[in-house]
Amino acid sequence: MNYDIIVIGGGPAGLAAAIEAKKKGVDKILVLERDRELGGILQQCIHNGFGLHIFKEELTGPEYAERFIDELHEMNIDYKLNHMVIDISEDKVVTVISEDNGLQLINAKSVILAMGCRERTRGAIAVPGSRPAGILSAGTAQRYVNMEGYMVGKKVVIVGSGDIGLIMARRMSLEGASVEAVVEIMPFSGGLNRNIVQCLDDYDIPLKLSHSVTEIRGKDRVTGVTISQVDKNLNIIEGTSYDVECDTVLFSVGLIPENELSLKAGIDLSKQTNGAVVNENMETEVPGIFACGNVLHVHDLVDWVTEESRKAGAYAAEYVLGGCKDSSSDEVIRTVAKNGISYIVPQRLRKDNLHEEIILYFRVRDIYYDRKIVVKNKGEVIKSVKRRHLAPGEMEQVKIKTELLRNIDIDELTVEVSEEV
Amino acid sequence: MEKKEMTCIVCPIGCHVEIWKEDGEFVITGNQCPRGETYAIKELTNPTRMIPTTVTIKGAKLPRLPVITSDPVPKEDIFKVMEVVNKAKVEAPVTVGDVIVEDVLGLGVNIVATRSMKKAE
Amino acid sequence: MYDIAIIGAGVIGSGIARELSRYKLNVALIEKSNDVATGTSKANSAIVHAGYDAKFGTNKGKFNVAGNKIYGEICDELNVPFDRIGSYVIGFDEEDMKTLQELYENGVKLGIEGLEIHDQGQVLANEPNINKEVLGGLYAPTAGIVETWELAIAYAENAIDNGTELILNYEVKDINKEKDFFVITNGKEAIEAKIVINAAGVFADKINNMLATPYFEINPRKGEYFLLDKTSKGLVNHVIFQCPTKMGKGVLVTPTVDGNILLGPTSEDIDDKTDKATTKHGLDYIRETALKTTRSIEFREVITTFAGLRAEPSTHDFIIEKSPEVDGLINVAGIKSPGLSSAPAIAKEVVTFVDDLMGSLEEDPTFNPNRKARTFFNELSKEEKDALIKENPKYGHVVCRCETITEAEIVDAINRSAGGRTINGIKRRCRPGAGRCQGGFCGPRVIEILARELDVDPKDIALEELGSEILTGETKEDC
Repeated sequence: MNYDIIVIGGGPAGLAAAIEAKKKGVDKILVLERDRELGGILQQCIHNGFGLHIFKEELTGPEYAERFIDELHEMNIDYKLNHMVIDISEDKVVTVISEDNGLQLINAKSVILAMGCRERTRGAIAVPGSRPAGILSAGTAQRYVNMEGYMVGKKVVIVGSGDIGLIMARRMSLEGASVEAVVEIMPFSGGLNRNIVQCLDDYDIPLKLSHSVTEIRGKDRVTGVTISQVDKNLNIIEGTSYDVECDTVLFSVGLIPENELSLKAGIDLSKQTNGAVVNENMETEVPGIFACGNVLHVHDLVDWVTEESRKAGAYAAEYVLGGCKDSSSDEVIRTVAKNGISYIVPQRLRKDNLHEEIILYFRVRDIYYDRKIVVKNKGEVIKSVKRRHLAPGEMEQVKIKTELLRNIDIDELTVEVSEEV
Repeated sequence: MEKKEMTCIVCPIGCHVEIWKEDGEFVITGNQCPRGETYAIKELTNPTRMIPTTVTIKGAKLPRLPVITSDPVPKEDIFKVMEVVNKAKVEAPVTVGDVIVEDVLGLGVNIVATRSMKKAE
Repeated sequence: MYDIAIIGAGVIGSGIARELSRYKLNVALIEKSNDVATGTSKANSAIVHAGYDAKFGTNKGKFNVAGNKIYGEICDELNVPFDRIGSYVIGFDEEDMKTLQELYENGVKLGIEGLEIHDQGQVLANEPNINKEVLGGLYAPTAGIVETWELAIAYAENAIDNGTELILNYEVKDINKEKDFFVITNGKEAIEAKIVINAAGVFADKINNMLATPYFEINPRKGEYFLLDKTSKGLVNHVIFQCPTKMGKGVLVTPTVDGNILLGPTSEDIDDKTDKATTKHGLDYIRETALKTTRSIEFREVITTFAGLRAEPSTHDFIIEKSPEVDGLINVAGIKSPGLSSAPAIAKEVVTFVDDLMGSLEEDPTFNPNRKARTFFNELSKEEKDALIKENPKYGHVVCRCETITEAEIVDAINRSAGGRTINGIKRRCRPGAGRCQGGFCGPRVIEILARELDVDPKDIALEELGSEILTGETKEDC
């Protein structure tokens, strides 16, 4: 079996990429989705806040997904549900498994990776204590409550104040549980301010900043946790521990891009993002394999996933239709994260392939007020933008007109947060 | 009145807004768009919220249908609205946008489906 | 009336049951938990020791060496993956090297084959990631790794296939000796048996004391562990021990038979026999101490931590004997490290006691020593995978994405004798939940499959024991 483009993952990233590739003239596109339906993680994100940029409307996750699913259908793009990709080779042979079709090897001219993320677990962060029932990651709890119709506990402590944790605080409260606290190890929340208001303040749920759950207790079911304050080095402060009774602990402690398949295809991953190293076309270092969405780097808003994935789809189409240059001998500008920046995507910009404008996606390491994001080449400022407020929980972007980069001696583009004015 | 601080929740930016009264008029600062002004006054006088939740659905591949209030409802009525929504039972098929509960609690707000669900075979 | 009642379905009790099932006997395997192998048998170092560590002349010494010898054969019969990867005890100073020499000599006395003292060059050639300051190591080619709990589960399955009756969720509260049989009770139902075999792990003293004068104490000694993702595979190639101290064998770094890396255990005497919680000080100790073996450990790759309890006997050696006081009671107690390694030999020994007590044992010609092998779908070739799915489409539904485990494997794990009925039971039998997402994705599907196969409500599916159900209700329940 042969396809021009195989998209691995039918969530918002895969859908947007597939649709854009079709619009750009590629005909044989196949989306492979391991779950029972398209839409990815959006199907369990029943809250609103999505689509303000892409649709100029505020939509819930399922509504946002349905727009793209409908468009996929209208454009007659092939897709298969309950199909799990278990291997990709460097020469783009995709191995997929399903009940209906057994094991299939499908050849593709181009592959778009859109596998999304998994959640960091209690086990991975080694929280001491017992291992009873009642300990779940927030996303798994969200799936149970929103899609499968089950409650996972009555008295809840949530670890991590990123948006998933905050949203679940409200969700559990609405469904009749009592959320005792949201515990955040950093001195600031990782989630949106609006979520602090409408998920915590509205329900009188205390947000314990600079605190950590230091022990979980309970034999068969959770009976309680110990919460302790931490210092700026994240070490426990003696004498600050106190116990909270609960029967459930939900962990919202970070997302990790799922790149096991990418490694099989020989793709290099970035230690900063846990996603593939890509160029300005969202192309990995294996020509013709592209990556977009959460599998590339963890996004905070699906609108940016769509924007990025449309690019990946467009460039995958260009690659297939023969418009892409052979990039092996290209001179490359590396993007380098400096003061206050934790990562930049894309990591590599090919000098001869710079489009009119490039968007650099990045995140900051700390909360900053009234700073500038400064893009430099060899110490010289290329672009500088003011930002009132920057936070690690909010992905940022800076757009650079590439005429600024042409015909100059450049091999590194640095991005930094300016010092306090 | 004393100056009140709040976070505007109208959009994901979450501006830090301050509101107080001067000569009987509301003064609002910190908002990056006009919706923030409206929000601040509303939040002080009649705070409202959108409620995303689920209802029981029969005959579809999943047992729950995601829904949301068509407009914000008074914050103090959140749990009363939840009680009504929890009692609702829907049958597949459902189309996104379908009204599941009309004029909940007489508040002039509907509960609408936020996805389509086909009938399961 | 049973001929024999075995109390405790860990690797020891289940092993004894399996060896007894070779004979025409009516055997009850009694377990207080909701599954077999939930005590020390589910939280140990998963190592089959070469055996040089236990003093010559002790039970530990004798049974470790004997068990190690037949481990391959037993694992073949039961289709339990066992890998004789060999072990090193590494030394960093003169004191250590002296200890290594002592261990070597003890090992030779015990009849262990292939022991060698390697110098720095040899150790580093075989183990390039070990810290360069290493002076040398005691190499034991007969050491191996087996899955923590799989032998216990395989023993239990095979025993039941051969006629043993498994009685779960039965906590023995009292035992009384009638004239020539025992009456065991859990407060509700009675079980009668002519012989009682006490394999009750950390509670073996309690069981003995129901019938006889206390003559040993079992004190729980906790051991905590870190488990690293398969991405750490290759960190070490053998089981790497640090030089032993009075408290135990030190912190080890070892590959597991599934391809992970295991670090630990700690060694802490505690009071509560039900306390299996990990602790900050325990985990910190491992973080610090494991680095003495290799500084290449990537703690970013930790998937989970866990703890188990050793049944530490006050006699400092295995207690494997007919009760000196009560006729018909056999005590198999204090089986801490090297318990897993010794299990096959201990089981065969206990059969000889039963033979003594009962006069003679009649072999059962229908005895089948083999347990059906598990299908490791992920390890099959592409053609084999395709053929299997065509034969049974449930092999085409991948439930556990981290380990590529299919629905068919889960269904198989549920439907075997002593099959899995809980989330952890399935994790132990075929891996969903043991990988890097720790059940985040597969959890809901495993509950669904368990509920369907066992014909129960998903809300009744437990994590481990009764009372550890995952789902507490349905949303909108009170409406």
